[in-house]
Order: sequence, then C-alpha cells, then structure tokens
Amino acid sequence: MSTDVEPWVSPATEMTAGMPIVVDDPAAKRFRVHRSAMTSPEIHRAEVERIFNTSWLYVGHESEIPEPGDFVRRPVGGRPIFMVRGVKTGNVNVFHNSCTHRGALVCRQDSGNSKVFQCFYHAWTFDSEGQLKGVPDRDAYAGGVNFDELGLKRVARVDSYRGFVFASFDPDIVDLPTYLAGAKDYLDLVIDGCGGSVAMARGTNEYSFGANWKLLVENSFDGYHAESTHDTYFKYLVSIGTDLRGGVSGQAVDLGNGHAVIEYSSPWGRPVAKWEPLFGEEARTEIDRLRAELVAHYGEQRAHEMTELNRNLLIYPNLIVNDIMAVTVRTFYPPAPDVVDVTAWALAPSNEPDSLRHRRLDSFLTFLGPGGFATPDDMEALESCQQGFTSGGVEWNDISRGMGRVPEANDEEQMRVFWRRWQQQMGTASDLAGAR
Amino acid sequence: MTAVVPEQQAISRQQVEEFLYAEAALLDAWQLDEWLRLFDDDGKYEVPCNDAPDGDPAHDLLLIDDNHVRLTARVERLNSRRAHREYPHSRTNHQVFNVRVDESAEDISVTASFTVWRFRAGRSSCYVGRYRYRLRRADGGFRIASKRVELDMTDLRSVADVAIIL
Repeated sequence: MSTDVEPWVSPATEMTAGMPIVVDDPAAKRFRVHRSAMTSPEIHRAEVERIFNTSWLYVGHESEIPEPGDFVRRPVGGRPIFMVRGVKTGNVNVFHNSCTHRGALVCRQDSGNSKVFQCFYHAWTFDSEGQLKGVPDRDAYAGGVNFDELGLKRVARVDSYRGFVFASFDPDIVDLPTYLAGAKDYLDLVIDGCGGSVAMARGTNEYSFGANWKLLVENSFDGYHAESTHDTYFKYLVSIGTDLRGGVSGQAVDLGNGHAVIEYSSPWGRPVAKWEPLFGEEARTEIDRLRAELVAHYGEQRAHEMTELNRNLLIYPNLIVNDIMAVTVRTFYPPAPDVVDVTAWALAPSNEPDSLRHRRLDSFLTFLGPGGFATPDDMEALESCQQGFTSGGVEWNDISRGMGRVPEANDEEQMRVFWRRWQQQMGTASDLAGAR
Repeated sequence: MTAVVPEQQAISRQQVEEFLYAEAALLDAWQLDEWLRLFDDDGKYEVPCNDAPDGDPAHDLLLIDDNHVRLTARVERLNSRRAHREYPHSRTNHQVFNVRVDESAEDISVTASFTVWRFRAGRSSCYVGRYRYRLRRADGGFRIASKRVELDMTDLRSVADVAIIL
C-alpha cells in the first residue's frame, strides 16, 4: 500500500481521536459503540489489516471437495483464493489464486475437478499440490530462476476443524484449536446433532447489501429484533399451526477470543429433531427416531441441547453458524465500510435421505436466505441503520441490554463479546491516527 | 411441435404471450391476490440459486421453493405493511420475450426470457433470466401449474435479494 498520499480523515474520526470507539462501563451498566466504527473509511482500512489479515477466516467445507482434484475458488478476506484437494496427498491445499510468473488467476472456475491449473496467459502449469510442472521454453531462463521455488503460494496458515477449513494470512497466529476456544464445543453440538458427518447442500446464496459488516454480526445473533422485525414470519408459523406461546428463552455465552453464542428454546421446529406442523404428521415418527438415537448416543442432557435448543454462533470475526429451523453457514466481508458481501450455505447431514433433506430445506427457506420471509427484512433493517448513521446527529449506538443480569438470549451480551475483542484488536481512534 | 390431442385446437404463441403479459401487468400493479389466482391449487413457484440453475428442491438449496401454501403466505406477507423490505413497495417492470411454446406433453411447456426492473428509494436493480412455465388449459384460458425462474446473473450481489416476485 502506498504511503505517499495522506489518507483522508473523516470528521467522525477526528471527533473521536483519543477516545475509545467502544465504551464499556460495567459500573454504570452501559455499553456504547461510536457510529464511526460503521462509517469511517480509516477504520475500515484498519479492520482489513488488524482483523481480517490477522484472524483465522473460514474458507469452505471439506465436503465441497471430496475427490482428489476437486476445487472451489472464492474470495477469503477479500483476496482471491482457491482450495483444492491434492491428487497425490489427499490434503486440502489453500492457495493464493495468482500465477507466480506475472500474476494472472490460475483457477478461473468457481468449482470443478482438475489435476492441473494452467495459467492461460503464458501457459505456466501447476499441479494440485501447487508444484510448478510446466514452463514453455524453459531453456530461455538462465540459472538464476529456481522453478522449484515458483510453485503456487500457499496461504500462510491452513487448518480445519471437523471439516470446516480455515486459513490465516498471519504466519504467527495461534493454532486453530486454541483460536476457536469454546466455539469448538458448539460446532461439535451442531455436527454431532447431524449424526457426526455433515456436508453443504448444493446451491449458494451470494448477496450484498448496503450496511457495515459488523451490523450483520450483531443481527446474526440478535434475539431482541426477532419479534418486531420478523412479524410476518411468525404470522406464517401461526397460520400453519405452530404454537408460539413458549416464546424464545435461553442464554448468551462468551466462548473466548471474540466468539459467542446464544442458545435458546423456540417455537419453531428443527429438522434435528423437534417436530412442528410444517413437517407434516408423517414426519413425527422419523423425528422421534432421530431424537431417540441422539439420546442413546449422547445422553438426555446433550441430546436435549442438540434437538430442542437453537444456536446462533459467531466464530470471530466473520463466520456465523446458525443452527435454528435449519443450519446455515454464513461468512461475509466488507469491500467498503457501507457494503457487505455475504456468502451462505445450508449445512445438512451427509447422505441425508431426500425426504428429510426436502423438509430441512423447506424449513430453511421459510426464514433464511435472500428469497426467504426474514432475511430481506434484516437487510432492510441494517441498511436503514447505515442510512441513519449518516445523519450525524446521534453519535453512539447503545448495546447495554441485559448488563444488569445474567445475560439472556434476547440480551446483547453476545454482541458485547464481539465488540470487546474488536476494540482490543483495533485500539482507539488515536491509535488509528498513530498507525498512519 | 405436435399436439397430443388432435381434436383440440392448437395453442397459438400469441395466446400464451397474452397470458404472460397479463401476469406481468398484475405483478407490476401489485395485484398479488389476482396474480395468485392464476395458479392451480397444486401450483408451484421456484427460483433456483444462481450457481445451480438446475437445482432440484428435493436435495438442493433453492432461493425460493414455494408450494401453494407458502406462495399464499408470500402474497399475504407482501400485502402486509410488515414486509419491511417491500413496504413501501418497489416499482417494478416485468418484461417477457423470446416466448416458446411446447404442447407435446400433458402440461403446456413455455420458456421465455425476462428482465425485471426494480426501483425503490433511489436504487435500481435488474433481474435477467429465463422463465419455465407449465401451464394447463382452464376456463378458456390457462392456469399455472409451475413457474420456475432461472437467473442468468452469476450471483445476487447487484440486486441484494429476491423479496419481490419475479
């Protein structure tokens, strides 16, 4: 990045220089976030360096590339990356998608299977383990070029946890299990609840909207907004015979390192394994059987967590695993302070029979996704917030809900967990000024 | 193209086009209850994901997979003031062309190209793709047995969502 040009400093950043962007006041039970965190270009640039370049980021799921040579390409942390299962080793390789010769993308399809990746520009060819195998007119190079060193560049760190592949651009980051901390147990719950082996369903939701990415973090585990924002979804549930009287009840849990979860009971059904009228009478036996299997395997307490309880899980900074009326895995990245690019999938048990799969996807689509009954209204809410910020008349967001009690699922403790870690990585506005 | 039932009069493309134009006009006028009545009682409305236009709702994730119950709920939702993404409503313009009719099966198969323009709060977005209908003869006209909307855009980044009916 060039340092010749003095970066433009927004009025918001000047105003907050010297004070923290996140003000956490446990004594007064008050938690506030300065709205420049959502609007400032300098803060956005610092986030790319201090958060996205120094965290473990979700790349994809191993089930997307089951066979040797299978690959998927997608941006990770805003950078072009591809993930391929090595033909020789069977390992999951994650490469920077750029020819080591003069830069062109070497993987130019979103998914597929290939033993080799040939750059079309000058036909340099790499194998699925990244080795440079072919250079036309190799004799034209003098001895100074060591072709063994010109294999595809691996992303600095790559590891996976139970099929979830993560990568980090920071070579010195802590190992993945340490980083995931308490989030591991909740991933286990989701995966074990699905019978221990999961895969992404075919079909990807790729959408963008005009709001800061951290608003989507908040929204992804915000129990407080559900009743007011998603009234039409709850009306639909009532119309098909769901009993809403139980409401939503549960707790927020700090999982360490910025990860957090809300875990709660809810009126809606769950494909694993809580029946509701939407599923149809004939599904009751199947749902009961799934539940009984989990009880036999994991005991009543853990089976209860898997079947009756929902989880909205944040793996800091930008991976959401929401195990609700279906399981959605969602990751996102901000190309600008006021834009978020979202990519989301449906996670399901591997080899799920069509009847169960159909019911799961049915359940998914009533609420989730850009064509569902809820997600578009969330986009509207977050864009509305982003537009409200630009008025400038109100400087702070209030995220204090539930500070005076054991945090409930409809409180905002899970958001405070995220913001505390964010503040720790970002520093104050004056730190940002110093960084320039 | 061959008609299975020879004594029945062949359907002209113009008849189908008139039907599709009328449907488009109902959508653009937000007369969704009337639009819903174009569907048979077992009618379906599907929009596959951008990266899997051949997606099968039995095992693949779609963007929309509405049976008649959910389609009715979608219309009720959009008619209410609580579908925040569409209240107030977008202004839309549904455009249909390249219509082809195949009567060789029991239901009439229709494919057509479409563009749907959507304008709201100073923002414009455009959906492009192919409609696949299965139509049935009814009351001297047609009923929709299924409407499938396959998008040509490689993703939804430029349009954000599919909150309107395409």
